[in-house]
Amino acid sequence: MNVDTQFDVVVIGGGLQGCSVALHLAHEKKRVLIIERDSCGQHASGVNAGGLRRLNRLVEEIPLSMAAQKMWHDIESLVGSDCGFRPTGQVRIASNQEDLATLEERAQKTRLLGYRHEEMINAEALRKMVPAIGNRGVGALICRGDGFADPALTCLAFRLRAEDLGVTIRQGSGVSAIEKNNQNWRVYTGAHSFDAPTIVNCAGAWGDRIAAMAGDHSSLKKTALALMVTARLPHFIDPVIGHASRKLSFKQMSNGTLVIGGALKGILTENQKDTLIDFPQMKESAETVCSFFPFLKDLPVVRCWAGIEGMTPDKLPIIGPGKAGSGVFHAFGFSAHGYQLAPIIGRVMTDLICRGKTEFDLEAFRINRFLP
Amino acid sequence: MKSLYDLVIIGAGPAGLAAAVAARDFGLSTLVLDEQQIPGGQIYRSIEKALTENTPVLGKDYFHGQKLVERFRQAGADYLPEATIWDLGRDLIVSCLVDNQARQIRARHILIAVGAMERPVPIPGWTLPGVMGAAAADILFKSCDMIPEGPVVLAGSGPLQLLVACRLIDNGVKVAGMVETNGFGDNLKALPHFPGALRVPHYLIKGLSMLWKVRQAGIPAFRNATNLRVEGDESAEALCFDARGKAQKIPAKTILLHEGVVPNLQLTRLLGCEHQWYEPQRYWKPVLDSWGQTSVNGISVAGDAGGVFGAKTAEAAGHLAAIDISSRLQALSAQEKASAAAPLLKERAREMSIRPFLDTVFPPGRQALVPPGNETLVCRCEELTAGQIREAVALGALSPGQVKAQTRAGMGPCQGRMCGLTVAEIIAASRQVPLAEVGHLRVRPPLKPITLGQLAKLEIAE
Repeated sequence: MNVDTQFDVVVIGGGLQGCSVALHLAHEKKRVLIIERDSCGQHASGVNAGGLRRLNRLVEEIPLSMAAQKMWHDIESLVGSDCGFRPTGQVRIASNQEDLATLEERAQKTRLLGYRHEEMINAEALRKMVPAIGNRGVGALICRGDGFADPALTCLAFRLRAEDLGVTIRQGSGVSAIEKNNQNWRVYTGAHSFDAPTIVNCAGAWGDRIAAMAGDHSSLKKTALALMVTARLPHFIDPVIGHASRKLSFKQMSNGTLVIGGALKGILTENQKDTLIDFPQMKESAETVCSFFPFLKDLPVVRCWAGIEGMTPDKLPIIGPGKAGSGVFHAFGFSAHGYQLAPIIGRVMTDLICRGKTEFDLEAFRINRFLP
Repeated sequence: MKSLYDLVIIGAGPAGLAAAVAARDFGLSTLVLDEQQIPGGQIYRSIEKALTENTPVLGKDYFHGQKLVERFRQAGADYLPEATIWDLGRDLIVSCLVDNQARQIRARHILIAVGAMERPVPIPGWTLPGVMGAAAADILFKSCDMIPEGPVVLAGSGPLQLLVACRLIDNGVKVAGMVETNGFGDNLKALPHFPGALRVPHYLIKGLSMLWKVRQAGIPAFRNATNLRVEGDESAEALCFDARGKAQKIPAKTILLHEGVVPNLQLTRLLGCEHQWYEPQRYWKPVLDSWGQTSVNGISVAGDAGGVFGAKTAEAAGHLAAIDISSRLQALSAQEKASAAAPLLKERAREMSIRPFLDTVFPPGRQALVPPGNETLVCRCEELTAGQIREAVALGALSPGQVKAQTRAGMGPCQGRMCGLTVAEIIAASRQVPLAEVGHLRVRPPLKPITLGQLAKLEIAE
C-alpha cells in the first residue's frame, strides 16, 4: 500500500478536540493527518456526560465558552449534524441560605466582569422551571441557552466532517516518538512515520506524554469520572440539574433516560486505559438523587461507566504554542470540562497555526505555567 | 450470613453444587448465590419439585441431579437463592440483590458457575409471539409443567433440539417438523472425531435412540435448511425456509429456534479475564488452566460458563475447581490435591471426549450468525436491525464498542447479552476480517438493573 507520509499538520489524538482542530485546518486547505492510538472519541470525548455549560465556568474560560456556545447553537452548519444539541438551560440549585450566598457571590463575580449570562432566580421561579423539585430548593443560579448534546453523536459528526474535508485518520496505533529534522517533525506510529512542519497535541489525558516528547513540561493527572444511566422514564425535567453544595448532577436525555454524574470517581485500571466503577460512590450519588427527587427511587440504573480525564493542577486546560518556533501546539488537559469548548478550540488552534494569532487571551492556558 | 467467605460460588447448577459439596468437605466457609428459587441450574431445573408423572419424560439423566442437590443441601454451605449478581470486582467483592436489599460480600476466592445461555437466533420474525428458544421451552416444562401449544416446529441445530423434540413427542404434542440448518456435510466433517466419541458410547446410544423416536413419530424432517423466516401477523403462523431445492412452509402455532448454547460471559468479561475464540461453535470462552483458574487472581470458572461441555463435565470441573481453591487457601496439601483430583481428571477427560464430535455435527447455522437481510432485528432492547449495524460499520465503526457508541446496540437492560455476538459477527462479515479481530462488547455494571432506591441503600463491604 502506498502511504502518504508528508502532511502540513499532524494532529495527535482523535478525540473531539483533535477532530475539531483537524476540520478547521482542513477548511484552510491544510493537509492534515490525525493519529489516534485507540479509536476516535473512545475516551472522555465520547463518554462524557454531554453537558454544555457556561454556568459556573472558571472565569478564565468564559470568553472561549461564550464563543463556543454560539457555535453549538449552529453546530449543524459546522458538522452537518445537530449532535443531539438541546438548549434546555442549566440550573444550579440552592437548598439553604448558605447555598444561596455561595451562588449570589458567584453571580456578583461574573457581573463585575461584565457578563450577563448567569442569573439568580428565586424559589418560585425555580419551581416553575423544575416542578419536580417541590420545596427542596430555595433558589438557583441559572444559565439560559446552556444545555446538553450527545457526545457519541458529536464525535461521529466531527470525525465524519473532518474526513469529508480530506483529513486522513489513522486509528489503532499511538505515537511512539517524535523527532525534528530541519523544518519537519517526524512522527512515529507503529511501523510508520509521518512528516509535517506542525504538530498539534490533542492527546487528552495522555497529552503530558506527547508534550514531553516535544520538550514541553506540563502537569497532568489522570482521573476516572463515572456516570450512571437509568431506564427511560416519561419526560419530567428540562434543564440540566446541578447543585451549589451537593453532588447532584443529572439531565434527562431526549430518549427519556437520566444521565447521573457529578464528579463521581471511578477507578483507573493498571494500564491507565480502562476504568472500573466504584459502587460506594454511586450509592452516595443515588442517595442524593433520591433525597431531592424521591419518586425516582424505583427507577432502574441500567449501566454505569467511566471515562478518563486529564486534570491539571489549576483545572484549566493547556492551550497554545509549545516552545517558541518549535511548530508544536497544545490543546489538552481540559480537566473534565472540554466538551463544550471543542468547536472553538478548533478555530483558536487554526488561527494560531495559520495566522500566528488569535482574538482570545490564552495567557492563563500557557503550557509553561507549570515550570518548577 | 457472613461478610467474608473463603469461597463464594455464583450459580447452583451441576458445577456450582459439586464445588460447594467439595469445598465444605475441605472445610472452606462457602456461600452459594443463585438466581433461581431452588438449586439445580438449568439442566436440573426445579428438580426438587419435579412431578412424578413427568418422570418418564424427563429421563434418568435429569434425575441424576437429585442426588447432587441432596448432597448440597446437607453440605452446610450458606445458600442465597433468588440472588441477582449485579457487580463483581477484581477485589473479590460480589455485589448482589437479595430480597430487595443490595449488599456486598467479600470472598477469598470466587467460582463462577453461571452456565451457558441459548444463542439468539435472529431470523426474520424471531420476535413474534409464539417463537422461542428450544431450551427456553424445555425450562418452562421443567419449572412450570408448561407444554407449548402445537403444532410445533423445531428449527436450527444442536443436540438439545433433538432432546426437546423427544420430550414434546412424549408429552403428546404435535410436532409438525424438524428443520435442521446443519446437514450431511457436517456429519462427514465430524467423522474424524467419531473414534473419540466412542469412548462414551452411552451418549451415542442416547442420540441414536432419540433420532429413532423422531423418525418413528413420522415427523417431517429437513436438513441443510436455509433462508429461514417466521411468518405471521400478530403471532407466529408458519416457518418458511428453503430445503430439498425448493421453498417450504410448515404452519405452526409454536416455533422453537435453537442454534446451540454459548457460555454466559457477563461476569468474566466484566472482570476483564482473558478469553479465547472457539471456532467450531463460534463462541468466546475464558482462558482457564486445567483447574478452572482464570487469568485474574482469585477468580475461577467451572461448568459451561467456561466452554459448553454438558452437565457431567461441569460437575467434575466444579469438584476440581474446589480442590484447587482449597489448596490455594491452604486447606489441602499438594499431595492431597493430586490424589483427590486424579480420578476426577480422568472422569472429566472421558466426559469431554464426545464434544469435538457433537460440536462438528451441530455447527450453528450461518444465517443465525449473520442475518443476511437488513430488516432482521438484532438488538431487541434498542430495536436495531442488521441494516443499522451495517450502516454504522459503513460509517467507520470497527468494533462492537464503536457500533454501540454510534447506534446504542447493547446499551439496553440486557447489556448486550442478546445482541453482542450477532453484532460482532455482522462487523466481521462486513469488514471481511476474522471475528477475533473485531473484539467484543465491553460489559458495564450493573449486570442486572438495580433501582436508584436499592443502590442508595447498598450495604457496603467493610
